Amino acid sequence: MADEKKNVAVFLCRGCDIGAALDIEALEKVAREERSVSVCRSHPFLCGDEGVAQIKESVQSGVTSLVVAACSGRFHSQTFASDSCFVERVNLRELVVWSHEPGNEDTQMLAEDNLRMGMARALKAEMREPAKLAAEPTILVVGGGPSGMAAARDASRAGFRVVLVEKEADLGGWLRTFKRQFPKSAPYRDLESIDLDRQIRELENDPNIQIYRSAAINSISGQPGQFEIELEVNGSAIQTKAGAIVQATGWKPYDASRLGHLGYGRSPDVITNVEMERLSATGKIHRPSDGRPPKRIAFIQCAGSRDQAHLPYCSAVCCRASLKQALWARELDPEVETYIFYKDIRTPAQSEDFYRRAQEDPGISMLKGDVVSVAAADAGSREPLRVNVENTLLGPSIAVEADLVVLATGMVPVAADGEVIRNLRDAKAIINKGEQGPQLDAARQLIADRGHLEGTDLLHLTYRQGPDLPVLNNGFPDSHFICFPYETRRTGIYAAGCMRAPNDIEGCIADAQGAVLKAIQCIELTARGATLHPRWEDRTVPDFQMQRCTQCKRCTEECPFGSLDEDQKGTPLPNPGRCRRCGICLGACPERIISFGDYSIDVISSMIKAVKVPDEFEEKPRLLVLACENDALPALEAAGVARLRYSPFVRVIPVRCLGAVNVIWIADALARGFDGILLLGCKSGDDYQCHFIRGSELMGTRSENIRQKLVQLALEEERVRIEQIALSDYQRLPALIDEFAAQIEEIGLNPFKG
Amino acid sequence: MSEADSRGRVMVVGGGITGITAAIEASEAGCDVILVERSAYLGGRVAQMHQYFPKLCPPVCGLEINLRRIRTSPRIRCLTLSEVVEVQASDGWHRVTVEQRPRFVNERCTACGACVAACPESRSDSFNYGMGTTRAIYLPTDLAWPFRHTIDPAACPGEQCGKCLPACAYGAIDLKMTAQRREFEVQSVIWATGWEPFDASVVDGLGLHSNMISNVQMERLAAPTGPTKGRILRPSDGKEIESVAFVQCAGSRDENHLKHCSSVCCMASLKQARYVRAQYPNADIYVYYIDLRSPGRQELFLAESQQDERLHLVKGKVAKVTEDGTSGDLIVAAEDVMAERSIRQKVSLVVLATGMVPALRNHSASPSSMLSRDPHGFLSNAQLLPGHFAAGCARQPMDVASCVRDATSAALKALQSCVSSHRG
Repeated sequence: MADEKKNVAVFLCRGCDIGAALDIEALEKVAREERSVSVCRSHPFLCGDEGVAQIKESVQSGVTSLVVAACSGRFHSQTFASDSCFVERVNLRELVVWSHEPGNEDTQMLAEDNLRMGMARALKAEMREPAKLAAEPTILVVGGGPSGMAAARDASRAGFRVVLVEKEADLGGWLRTFKRQFPKSAPYRDLESIDLDRQIRELENDPNIQIYRSAAINSISGQPGQFEIELEVNGSAIQTKAGAIVQATGWKPYDASRLGHLGYGRSPDVITNVEMERLSATGKIHRPSDGRPPKRIAFIQCAGSRDQAHLPYCSAVCCRASLKQALWARELDPEVETYIFYKDIRTPAQSEDFYRRAQEDPGISMLKGDVVSVAAADAGSREPLRVNVENTLLGPSIAVEADLVVLATGMVPVAADGEVIRNLRDAKAIINKGEQGPQLDAARQLIADRGHLEGTDLLHLTYRQGPDLPVLNNGFPDSHFICFPYETRRTGIYAAGCMRAPNDIEGCIADAQGAVLKAIQCIELTARGATLHPRWEDRTVPDFQMQRCTQCKRCTEECPFGSLDEDQKGTPLPNPGRCRRCGICLGACPERIISFGDYSIDVISSMIKAVKVPDEFEEKPRLLVLACENDALPALEAAGVARLRYSPFVRVIPVRCLGAVNVIWIADALARGFDGILLLGCKSGDDYQCHFIRGSELMGTRSENIRQKLVQLALEEERVRIEQIALSDYQRLPALIDEFAAQIEEIGLNPFKG
Repeated sequence: MSEADSRGRVMVVGGGITGITAAIEASEAGCDVILVERSAYLGGRVAQMHQYFPKLCPPVCGLEINLRRIRTSPRIRCLTLSEVVEVQASDGWHRVTVEQRPRFVNERCTACGACVAACPESRSDSFNYGMGTTRAIYLPTDLAWPFRHTIDPAACPGEQCGKCLPACAYGAIDLKMTAQRREFEVQSVIWATGWEPFDASVVDGLGLHSNMISNVQMERLAAPTGPTKGRILRPSDGKEIESVAFVQCAGSRDENHLKHCSSVCCMASLKQARYVRAQYPNADIYVYYIDLRSPGRQELFLAESQQDERLHLVKGKVAKVTEDGTSGDLIVAAEDVMAERSIRQKVSLVVLATGMVPALRNHSASPSSMLSRDPHGFLSNAQLLPGHFAAGCARQPMDVASCVRDATSAALKALQSCVSSHRG
């Protein structure tokens, strides 16, 4: 094993109460006598210049693994970092002396076990070569509307090549329809024009940008750094490459034919805001029915938006768009009267000035109310349209006449739901195979409910988990994270603009720029063999011992980032560029063939086995805490900073994610004599906080395996508990741990001790 | 990574969510970054928040990930207690002078806290918006980064006291520390100077009442780490609340005060209403608004909130808040526009949804005077020097996800400036 080649040095810090609270000599004895370490030293203040110099010296003398037993690894990460050797931080401060009674036997035992676990990890961990990929410095931009054009321009300005793919014959998207926009700069009162031709010329004249018009994507395979793309342009296939992808496929207006109650389709003079845009752009507004200029225009806000029967969300721009159209109509014909019926006027930030400008115009009336119907007179009649409004300031039910009605219809994302399309394919396969029973019923149900999504593929990814980005809700493949709006479940592919979330043009451009920055990072980090947020710079990579693989497909199905493809038999085909190093595959694998250099079945098992479990006569229970290092571990440390006390019987091992916990560790711990196991992870469910999307949820589903294991061993189910904890919950952690310890005490010690 | 493979040098001014994100994103794209923060720790306003809307998740969760990225990044240099005092531009490079105020605690500090026990002086706890006190030497929060104590010179008598000096075993306290000026040559500057809460007590009819707090104070009251350990106790008598009124647009959308809409206050109040209701199932909540603004998928949060029968959303502006005798309760006088009637609602606590004032607006000293601002006091990218970019709430009021997007976009523009000045 790796042990023999290791030259391990142990450094113990006595500062910050550690020296006063613990028997340091006894700790040194543990290091010297139980493991063959080459150096073992303690220092009164290890992070000071002298301590750091001592560590440097020993690294230069050929130490391969360093154990620094001091404060939390969250601090001094740079002070104790080393390029040439593996550094294991053993926490004696926050997790020991700051949270347990000083000079106490149990506190000492905890410190010694923490040191044993750290040494076990240092001895087992391997530093493997990172998987550096030759990365193509090109960004594929899908969609040539405002977001896609901005992405292409800005990627080129940052020094990257761009392949821009547009399905229409011209670039511009909705900018070809929208000739004027609401203000984005001071004084925020005037309509602004858009110079689309200049923008297109800039792209056309840029030698770094290859533009394909009337083009579609046939397939995208590969991984970040090395995407292989086949396009179809005017009937012929073109092969190209990219290191990362920005998807900016835009939006389409909500289908107004579903808004019959608002008169659409029943009178030609009921139009959508997009149709109004085209009418205004002609320079003179004519009503569709008879070509005469309207005298009274009614705008109906939230036509099909903020409505459970249609789009439940708000499209964010329609209020400003209608204010713009009303002002524009007044500019074209000062005699025209306009009415805006709204639920709430939404003009955020400085655009309040624009709202004020509209309010100052006597020809624009705004009325809060619920438009229940638009009554159209019979065809050919000269009768005006009647807008029926309820719950208004003017009364419970009023009717307003208008000769042109504009429906402010919302935005529907042009995006495909990759996961659902994949599930539809699986469902078809089930039916074709002639399966019977509940599987067949579920497959038929899915096709009945979502079958209309078949063939909506846009990116045509050849990924095992589906051809497009997964969708968050309402069809938008947005990030679930407020702090990380560019988090993507398909590494290297970034959604931008209105397909990600409803946005105004300025927002689309900012969004596209952000997506381009993420694409650049992805290319750069992939080339260095490092991954992206949240394990930024992690260069470990999962290793698969394929000869022992049983093709159970759990890893390929459970990877939250779709990083594993499959061959015909179902053997996983890893794509290290897509991998985010969460370790969920390692947690999933029943054959335990997946490992990282510093995080493997063997490494963690060795840590568990390194703990000295007292025999039953000592009556000292041992509780294993597997703590997610994203939230639960910092929460435990924050409890230490706050000097909160809890049971000294816990032994904490950080894990990459609760989803990266393999059930074998729980079996190992129980066999070793641990009396209880507490799994601390992030929140799962609809509002999950798991940084790896479904890690903590998967632990929930795997808990059935744990239960079976306990039954098999004739142990109580309560010995293993899963708790969801946020970093902000750190003050309730001690009570939670103590309550678990009390419960275990009540159940009694593990009969497998000794 | 060495300076040699750096793509360029960027300064980020402001260490709130926007500045932190801009620094991380630029550094992870290969730029060296100097992050300049005015206070003693990173995180800005979001570090003081209890939960984000609409997920009702804790901001420290994402902040911890971001701080980990900063701590482990060899490309980011972070200067706290620092402000930019001068900028000179030439040939695509900017010489920036930064003044760092003394922390009086050096990098030998281990945050062990022995000094705090020895300190006899106290100060108002600015992290908790004045609710509660700390010692004059203090750690801003249990999760603060840099994880190092700091001394408030306004509260510390200095060497004439000196009781902290022998308490520190590491020689980390230096009461003679003075302000320092440093110069940096950078290719781009990102202004992420953020916002400050508007002082709504100047709004007609509102005034000052002990049981009237601002929405930012509400975040601290609700936080388990806050001065009341998460219980919503009103300031006058420490009683748990029975009802709460939220006054929307307290100073915002107002010709006499802030003409702009602060973009987040509607969602912030709905969020606060939701967490108060979750904790106090018998409490009634009244939200007085002009328009409810929950753009995009935030609308789903509004729709959910509307299901709660004890959450009363009233369209109408609050005219006056008065005290109800000696009970400590407040009477909110408002007009219910839709019902065409005036209301007098007695509540235990009033929360003012105070808007955002751009933090730069309050500083007339150079170099902010050279940064031209729009009529609301926000920076406008169109008016800045080449290579200078504004991001987040320094540019316009926006929510956290939008700030992060804006910061990432600014990081790209900074990278472009580095690439072009490098070529030049």
